[in-house]
Amino acid sequence: MALLQVEKLSIHFGGVKAVQNVSFAIDAGVVYSVIGPNGAGKTTLFNLITGVYQPTAGSIRLDGEAIEGRSPNELAERGVARTFQNLQICMNMSALENVMVGAHLQLDRNPLKAALRWPSLRRRDDALRQEAAQLMNFVGLKDYVEARADSMPYGALKRLEIARALAMKPRLVFLDEPAAGLNPKETLEVDHLVRKMADSGVTVVLVEHDMKMVMNLSDRILVLDYGKKLAEGTGEEIRRNPDVIAAYLGTH
Amino acid sequence: MSMSKSVNKRVYGGLYLIAAILLVLPWVLPNSFYLDIAVRMAINAVIVLGLNLLVGFAGQISLGHAGFLGIGAYASAALPTHFGWHPLLAMGAGALACGVLAALVARPIFRLKGNYLAMATLGLGIIISIALRNETQWTGGPDGMPVPAMGLFGFELSSDRQWYWVVAALLVVSVWASLNLIDSPFGRALRALHGSEVASQVVGVNVARYKGSIFVMSAAFASIMGSVTAHYVGFVTPNFADFFHSIELVTMVVVGGMASVYGSIIGAVLLTALPQALATFEGWETVIFGAILMACMIFLPKGLVPTLAARWSRKE
Repeated sequence: MALLQVEKLSIHFGGVKAVQNVSFAIDAGVVYSVIGPNGAGKTTLFNLITGVYQPTAGSIRLDGEAIEGRSPNELAERGVARTFQNLQICMNMSALENVMVGAHLQLDRNPLKAALRWPSLRRRDDALRQEAAQLMNFVGLKDYVEARADSMPYGALKRLEIARALAMKPRLVFLDEPAAGLNPKETLEVDHLVRKMADSGVTVVLVEHDMKMVMNLSDRILVLDYGKKLAEGTGEEIRRNPDVIAAYLGTH
Repeated sequence: MSMSKSVNKRVYGGLYLIAAILLVLPWVLPNSFYLDIAVRMAINAVIVLGLNLLVGFAGQISLGHAGFLGIGAYASAALPTHFGWHPLLAMGAGALACGVLAALVARPIFRLKGNYLAMATLGLGIIISIALRNETQWTGGPDGMPVPAMGLFGFELSSDRQWYWVVAALLVVSVWASLNLIDSPFGRALRALHGSEVASQVVGVNVARYKGSIFVMSAAFASIMGSVTAHYVGFVTPNFADFFHSIELVTMVVVGGMASVYGSIIGAVLLTALPQALATFEGWETVIFGAILMACMIFLPKGLVPTLAARWSRKE
């Protein structure tokens, strides 16, 4: 059975049908990319699956369990993590704390124990500090372990979001344009990072405009256009698909 | 992580400094007038600390906080007077009432953000203040009512000096607990929902529940401090619960520094002292007070402590 099964998913904003009747399935352990021209509904699809939007119709199943209409924090409990196209970093916290907050659900959140500096809680927090530093190292942010989030450059913040998502120890990670706005060197680093994530057993769903990166990384690709599914298949199948070529290059 | 350890040491260093100042203070203050001001400063510092957890750290404005102080103060005045309750029991009842009230209104109120949240909490505070003013048979109405003395374990808290030590201990414990809280999983979740609500949600923070619980805690804590103030002053009036007092408390948070534990204390100390210091400028004190606040907001928009701390670390 597929890890994620999406059936006939739709959402309408007033008269705008942002996502229409989209169905696909993602197997565990793959890198799955969603591509399409600007405004095709890629981010909306992410927002639907991660609970930020409620679908108008259709079903989403994670490991067989219906999850449509669940709130983002309930999905987090089920091992779904994501990053954002427009950065969502907590600028009022340090870089390391941004990663640590990713481990929220694995921790003892009792405020009374926290206020009393409960020893078991302190020990767990100290260990978490180390784990978070290791994660920052993993995503290539070793130099920023002591930094404040608001003093970091854009490219580093993109990777900080990935580190935060990984701190959740997720089964399924949605990366929304992780390479957008990055220079070629940084893009290559993110490329390697996604590969490393996939190798560590996390299922990765990727929205990305950098076609080299998409073709290089993806096991399967879903193409959206005007909110509809245009094609789905391996990189080679997508590259040859006449509908995809028409949507991207236009026909004359 | 040698660096983060040393940052921690520096953060808790302030706590020792406060404890040291509090220990020495009663011996250097010239007379009981100054001791009285010191007690009021410390009480305000604890109140502002509780409010800053809600406003500064969790990012949820409350313009009705004096309402909760008022409930605590009147619980401590009315319950022992009318029903002969023990002051500690009355204090607990006030805190419980505030907690329940805050929990009831939290759900509808925290759907709102920014100005709308400010308006809703403002309304709540005004309702409480009006109720206290009008329920004359229980509260003495606009004239207020006397508060019975606080007895602790058989001996009565009466002299300013006794109160000083009680309040000083409260302040040190509150600072310690706040520092612990903000650097914990619970505290990080609060700060994260302030920094980015959607990001905190997708890592699993139940935003509604966290906003609700810090509001309830902050309200119950304010009620306890309202009780303490009432017992110390020995008399309560509805002014204690009114809108202007709420604004004064929020001003202390903002001047001292949002999301700054030590800023809360500096803000409370300065704004408690300022009216006293300005009393010599007969008639002009509110004008000068306002001018100082405006200057603070223009030149130190993040508040005294965070601005100065940032400047200091840049020099390093």
